[in-house]
Amino acid sequence: VSKRKPYVRSMDGWWKKNPYFVEYMIHESTALFVAAYCLVLLVGVIRLGQGEAAWNGWLEAMKSPLSVLCHLVLLAGAVYHTYSWFKILPITMPPVIVGGKKMAPEALTGTALAVAAAAGLALLALVWRIAL
Amino acid sequence: MSKYRTRSNAPIFWGLFGAGGMLSALFGPALIILTGVMLPHGWGLPADFADFPHVLAFARHPLGKLVVLAVIALFFWHGAERMYLTLKDMRAGALPVLRLMTYGVAALLTLATIALLLAIGF
Repeated sequence: VSKRKPYVRSMDGWWKKNPYFVEYMIHESTALFVAAYCLVLLVGVIRLGQGEAAWNGWLEAMKSPLSVLCHLVLLAGAVYHTYSWFKILPITMPPVIVGGKKMAPEALTGTALAVAAAAGLALLALVWRIAL
Repeated sequence: MSKYRTRSNAPIFWGLFGAGGMLSALFGPALIILTGVMLPHGWGLPADFADFPHVLAFARHPLGKLVVLAVIALFFWHGAERMYLTLKDMRAGALPVLRLMTYGVAALLTLATIALLLAIGF
């Protein structure tokens, strides 16, 4: 049995030492915002199932300035998630061939972001149409 | 050694992560504006849009149920996979514990959402 105690480099704070990993941690942390939003919706579903008074109470709570502020923070997280999700799209999906040439990563990200903006606006337009 | 290759369960979680990530990247910001700001305040919507009978009718429609379930469950599975991998990278604890904290909670939340939606009725 070896008595040697080899030096093992500490891994503490490894992600702070490289800007690439700092950005990685920031885009990974958007998961917390996305998950927090699920909990808000889940509480809404619970209150809806409890009847009209409970639902109105939930709506009232959602009207508070604190709730609006929290949603703006969630929105910032969600927008950064959208941006970073499509920024890494060229790495996560198979190459897209357009006209016999591989599509440039910037073009792919740009197209995907445009599609995302259109999808968001389409959703709001759909709700608006149903509502009218 | 086994004749058969052991099958990994990773593609299932990866698939849920991808589906939730794509759905939230496309519709997350609009949904947050819709349910977090426009719905409670009635901004840009008819006055009775957020009324109990309307929202109940939406939640009672099979398509409405599917939308609610897809958003809550897939968004959360997406978050859970990212949190699991990040906690794993940070060596935050034993892997079974980390799985229970992320995948476990996501599974529980999915079942709870299904149960709630069924309890609301059709």
